[in-house]
Amino acid sequence: MNQNSESIQAVVTVNMDKVSGGAPIFFARNEDELISISIKLSKILDSTVHELENGTYIVVRHE
Amino acid sequence: MPDYLVVILAGVIAGVSSRIVLLRIDYRQYPGYPHGYLAHLSLGFVSSALGAVAIPAILKPDYTAVTFLALAAQQFREIRTMERRTLESLERTELVKRGLDYIEGIARTFEARNYLVMGTAFVTSLAAQFGGLAAAVFTALVALIFSHYFMSGDVIGNICDISPARLYFKGPILMVDEISIMNVGLESMRTKILKDGLAVKIRPIDGNARATIHDVGQRKAIAFTAAVILGTKKDVDIPEFTPMARKNPDTGDVGLYILPVEKDMEQLIAAVKLTPVLESARSKPLKAGPVIKAARKEGGLN
Repeated sequence: MNQNSESIQAVVTVNMDKVSGGAPIFFARNEDELISISIKLSKILDSTVHELENGTYIVVRHE
Repeated sequence: MPDYLVVILAGVIAGVSSRIVLLRIDYRQYPGYPHGYLAHLSLGFVSSALGAVAIPAILKPDYTAVTFLALAAQQFREIRTMERRTLESLERTELVKRGLDYIEGIARTFEARNYLVMGTAFVTSLAAQFGGLAAAVFTALVALIFSHYFMSGDVIGNICDISPARLYFKGPILMVDEISIMNVGLESMRTKILKDGLAVKIRPIDGNARATIHDVGQRKAIAFTAAVILGTKKDVDIPEFTPMARKNPDTGDVGLYILPVEKDMEQLIAAVKLTPVLESARSKPLKAGPVIKAARKEGGLN
């Protein structure tokens, strides 16, 4: 519904070799840290956390 | 022959009272009280005055005076613009958006209501002129009932079956029955959604209805209505709780997900049923049958 307005605010991952590129990337040491960073980022950025199922979360702002 | 003043007064009174009847704060929380009310009542007064003086002007005879009706149309278009602007600026801070289609629909309604008021004033003054006051009262009542009936458009409940649906997760994907809604990454959010969320399936009864709820604006309007009536737990920092309506691309069924303040399935179904069918979304592809047949014949396909 929110056409053309999604943007990736941050990428949080435990697999350093799986990500690179434009958005800010946060490396987590383990699953717990991954979730804790994601929650904090989502609150700070008013954004939604989405799971990519490879130990990587993206924080996306809709609209 | 009654005095022109009485004729005009009868028209104006009928017009203004029809505007009052049509003006009410409903679940869309619009228009605001008291200033929105005042603005619309004043405009209603102007339009009923315009409608009421038409008959005396013709009988006078002062035919050029009737051309001001054209001016009135211009005036009422302004109303639509005004409504649209107000709602669009409100939209920016709205947590659950109405959507532009809904706004356009509301704006158009406000414009059209003034034409109705003008019409009511016109027929009432016509009746007052030729039939006396009793006829005027009767005509005004008929016009009121007509405009009340006429302006309440179709609702989703008439074109779709709504039933409770199951909310669950397939991996990170939130599902309403077989329809995928969105990706929710955090486990804590998933638990919360499963605990407090509600979902319904909106099943169109025919092809026309399917085309109508295929419209994104229409689906937004449904989600908006549900959120207004049941409340929503969404806040600026929890966008996961945004009510959403997504469709099954194969069947055209729409799944609606919402995180209501009051977890009440019956009320949710009632809210969805109550959503107006937007003019911009309504379409009747089934009515195109004969046209398409003719076109196929012409093309030698049949």
